[in-house]
Amino acid sequence: MNSKTKTYVISKNIDQHLVGISNAYQFTARFFKEVFKPPFHFREIVHQSFEIGLKSLALITVTGFIIGIVFTKQSRPSLEDFGATSWLPSLIGIAIVRALGPLVTALICAGKVGSSIGAELSSMKVTEQIEAMEVSAINPFKYLVVTRVIATTLTIPVLSLYCICVGLFGSYINVHAEEATGIISFFKNAFTAISFLDLFSSLAKSIVFGFTIGVVGCYKGFNATQGTRGVGKAANQAVVLAMFLVFLEEIIIVQVSNWIRYF
Amino acid sequence: MEKSKLSEEKGAPVISISGLHKSFGELEVLKGVDFNLFKGENVAVLGKSGSGKSVLIKIIASLLKPDQGEVVVLGKHPDKLLGQELNALRLRIGFSFQSSALYDSMNVYENLSFPLTMNTKHLTRKEIDNSVAEALDAVGLGDKTAQLPADLSGGQRKRIGIARTLILKPEIMLYDEPTSGLDPVTSAEINQLINEVQQRYNTSSIIITHDLTCAKSTANRVAMLLDGKFTKSGKFEEVFKSDDAQIRGFFNYNFIQ
Ligand SMILES: Nc1ncnc2c1ncn2[C@@H]1O[C@H](COP(=O)(O)OP(=O)(O)OP(=O)(O)O)[C@@H](O)[C@H]1O
Ligand SMILES: [Mg+2]
Repeated sequence: MNSKTKTYVISKNIDQHLVGISNAYQFTARFFKEVFKPPFHFREIVHQSFEIGLKSLALITVTGFIIGIVFTKQSRPSLEDFGATSWLPSLIGIAIVRALGPLVTALICAGKVGSSIGAELSSMKVTEQIEAMEVSAINPFKYLVVTRVIATTLTIPVLSLYCICVGLFGSYINVHAEEATGIISFFKNAFTAISFLDLFSSLAKSIVFGFTIGVVGCYKGFNATQGTRGVGKAANQAVVLAMFLVFLEEIIIVQVSNWIRYF
Repeated sequence: MEKSKLSEEKGAPVISISGLHKSFGELEVLKGVDFNLFKGENVAVLGKSGSGKSVLIKIIASLLKPDQGEVVVLGKHPDKLLGQELNALRLRIGFSFQSSALYDSMNVYENLSFPLTMNTKHLTRKEIDNSVAEALDAVGLGDKTAQLPADLSGGQRKRIGIARTLILKPEIMLYDEPTSGLDPVTSAEINQLINEVQQRYNTSSIIITHDLTCAKSTANRVAMLLDGKFTKSGKFEEVFKSDDAQIRGFFNYNFIQ
């Protein structure tokens, strides 16, 4: 094939998407290239982690707790039909640890954290603050992007664990009220159903989600254009894309961990 | 003849640009710019909105890459440098942005100390305090350390922006429209500040502006950027004696309004 005929313009739109994917890929590759090079800006990483935690803690507490209660209430009738309400803690444990905890946390963080990273970086971009860093010999990619992506990758798994605990506690409140189950027997039942693989895949999932939310927020913010209009657009796109990718990754990781489970 | 004598007096240029071209897609912005900036001089670059003035100084600071032509800044080619070498050159250039570009999550003190602490290791708290105080003193805003950029006026933001570049003791200053959007009194103060900086820090500067008062009071020399080229360069009076319609238009607009 002739190298000159390499450019197939299918349509401008598809072309732009392909360019977008290749840019996003390069952006991610640049992260891995720069993450191991000093300076490391530890203080900024800690600062960002606290910001992320504080921003989403209240929402995760409320949501996790409610999901624990509601999921328990909704599952009870089906189990009652089989006289199997004693299985409730195991069922809830599996559901919350394997799926709900990491997923709910990631969705909340995509909304709160992803959008705020997108908005912050894009407003820095359009007001020339990122260029101002460059001209004073500061690497804005290291200082702004690498620190934030590390912070989301570390913080979101911790928040997921917290969400799991709150969710299980919510469930316990409901089970205790209805079946008078004690706290020890509830958690014993809940945890015997959970394998090491469950915990591991749950942790791996939230690490991947955290990384995705950080990269998407930074990518959209860092590449904002069109003045102040670009800020809203970047924040919005960061949320939509991060949520989409989180669902996609959820499906893939569940598939993979199921393969591992049955081998 | 006369011109070369002038350059001899001034020594080698600190910035030397020849045959510079820059386009964005179809849009040709710079079409063969030739320009020299000599040690210790202030040059005002005048030109219409959209004529590529900001693009020109962004190329000098290596924020944009030229398509064609040679750019030499302090003996280095900024477009060919990378990493540490580029940073070393950038530290010798101060860039005052059109929009001030203050970090709006940081207060004034942090805005000034940030470039300093990021670029110099092992500074004591006292050394940082002193440098910040000195830079703020140079722009006459010593009492504003704790304020956030959002709480400053436009003129104060411009000054803090200038102070932030001064803290790294640059040899070249690039001012992008230092007086745009300011009232005449504040503009006059900024003009005076630019002159003070030239003397106090012994800088060579490019001042981009479409404010002729600013050009007249700060520049040793003015240069007109028209249609992507420098058409006219020289003393303020020389340039504006011209009969060229576009130059006259510029002059009339500024002084008759
Ligand atoms: N990064 C960029 N991408 C695409 N086009 C650009 C870019 N930067 C500048 N331009 C275009 O180049 C032209 C010159 O822009 P520039 O900002 O240099 O103008 P200017 O002379 O500084 O005008 P003003 O006085 O309004 O600041 C404009 O038409 C602008 O749209
Ligand atoms: Mg401009």
